[in-house]
Amino acid sequence: MEQNIVIKIKNLTKRFPVGGDYFTALQDVDLTLNEGEFTGLVGPSGSGKTTLLNIIGGLDSPSKGQVSVLAQALNDTTHKERAQLRRENMGFIFQSYNLLPVYTVFENVELPLILNKIDSQERRQKVAQAIEWVGLSDKTNSRPAMLSGGECQRTAIARAIVHQPALVLADEPTANLDAENSHHIMKIMVQLNQELSTSFVFATHDEKIMAYLRRIIHLNDGQITKDEKIDNPKSAA
Amino acid sequence: MLFKIAIKNLLGAKLRTWLNVFVTSLSFFMIILFSAMYDGMREHAKQVTIDTEIAGGSYWHPEYDPLDPMTFEDAHAVLPRAVKVLVNQGKAFPVLVSQASIYPNGRIMPIIMKGITPEQNIVNMPTQMLAGHEEVTIPVMIGRGMAKDAKLEVGDVFTIRWLDANRTYDADEGTVVHIMDTENFKLDMGHIWVPLDKAQEMLEMEKEATYVTYAEGLSIVENKGNWIPRDVKYLIRDMEALIEADEPNAAIFYIILLCFAGMGIFNAQVLSIFRRGKEIGTLMALGMTRARVVGLFTLEGGLNAFLAAIMTVILFGPLLWYFGTNGIWLGVDYSDGSMGLIVEKYLIPVYSVGLVVTTTIVVSIIVLIVSYLPSRRIARMKPTDALRGKVTV
Repeated sequence: MEQNIVIKIKNLTKRFPVGGDYFTALQDVDLTLNEGEFTGLVGPSGSGKTTLLNIIGGLDSPSKGQVSVLAQALNDTTHKERAQLRRENMGFIFQSYNLLPVYTVFENVELPLILNKIDSQERRQKVAQAIEWVGLSDKTNSRPAMLSGGECQRTAIARAIVHQPALVLADEPTANLDAENSHHIMKIMVQLNQELSTSFVFATHDEKIMAYLRRIIHLNDGQITKDEKIDNPKSAA
Repeated sequence: MLFKIAIKNLLGAKLRTWLNVFVTSLSFFMIILFSAMYDGMREHAKQVTIDTEIAGGSYWHPEYDPLDPMTFEDAHAVLPRAVKVLVNQGKAFPVLVSQASIYPNGRIMPIIMKGITPEQNIVNMPTQMLAGHEEVTIPVMIGRGMAKDAKLEVGDVFTIRWLDANRTYDADEGTVVHIMDTENFKLDMGHIWVPLDKAQEMLEMEKEATYVTYAEGLSIVENKGNWIPRDVKYLIRDMEALIEADEPNAAIFYIILLCFAGMGIFNAQVLSIFRRGKEIGTLMALGMTRARVVGLFTLEGGLNAFLAAIMTVILFGPLLWYFGTNGIWLGVDYSDGSMGLIVEKYLIPVYSVGLVVTTTIVVSIIVLIVSYLPSRRIARMKPTDALRGKVTV
């Protein structure tokens, strides 16, 4: 089953210099995630969730330990190779959406396809499909400033999955949303997870998200304190 | 791919883009206009001198040195045959030069008296105003500056005292018949102009002259005796030397303008790029390499310069054309020569191809550099820092 492993982390430690000292954000983390998992990194602020997510995404590098994502050992890759890995096989969803303000919904969603040099006709089809998945077909030409928080996050989700990546990393995707929008967003992601077999990893401390997770990895002070499989999550419904 | 994204970014940013483009365009305009004014000032000085004084060149009496008034006494002779033919054909005119003194309003003023053919139309001087006037003893034309200095007006009579060919002092009454407006202060300050035949009569130098100015487009005649041909190049050599000596100043002026423009562009570009730190982080998270991020922002800078060049043509082109055609009113009168150079009242900028091309290239390079440097700095940051907007100048 080695080919189904999406993320494999061994003895991961991450330290940040603070003044003349170091702050240890992650300590000896071991973790394996398989294809199609719907997993949450859960813990209080400062527990290391976002740091772990950034390292998995190749946006940050480990101080110690081995990180392998989609069969690529990130420790041995160059910046360019990590960029390529993100571009082709990963999608990112941020707490504050990080949509490009001067682009329309269509253009924001189209961006990963442009970066992957997909031809324009195929681009249009895929963007239209992704926008339809998230239910924003009537907002195609709107700019982020004209959208609600929920609509912005749905646009971000469409952008993250438009190129059908193997892995989507979401950092507090519902933190800025109300309960209704949060549930709506989670339902969309559950559906995409099931339809596209995309693996999702969330960093969250939002109770509403946890109800949808099929696996919850608890982090505290940079260490995994508990790794639990959820038998009957909402995502299974 | 980068081009497509850069175009989208530029068009999408609307106001920000147009502000950047406007600042760059304004820089293009200011540099081109001020440098062209500077070039125009120097070019005009040369042109006015040729137009009002030099024409196609001159034949000088061998003793004549315009910078040494002591030579005037001996610098006169009958014209050589071939030069006389030119004069008879109306292709040249003689000038007889002499030192003299005038006594306007009881004061004494040493001056240079020049006798000139009133009918000449080779140089741009209103010499025809000296024609006629049989009712006055010596009709005199002076420049506006001279009139101001000597407090003379048309119709005023004053004493002229001169040394004739027999080395005898003589004096008579001159009457101001015309006050000319000329931009060439060398024809104005310290000069009085009288009809040539009157000057020859006063100085007892019948049919003689000091130099002969000929029309443009004529070649040097063979039978010129011992008279020395002086072409335009020779006659404007002092001015050329002055302009050449002024080249470092022109270069410094150009650099200062570039620095001002550079600061404006730098402010606009850097502010624009550093404000987009989060956007750069997002692009990196989406898989854009550092090199491409830098390339994208540098390309945006290049497109910015390109749009600015177009905007300069559309927005400021008519203004540049208007100034180039009608000149710019300086509001200061330098006709007394206090600048040491002929400065027109309406300064007409001269737009050379070199100036426009150099300015376009240099400003574009500045834009590219100020786009490249900050974006490179941001792209070198950790994507996580860029995403958090932790960007400092």
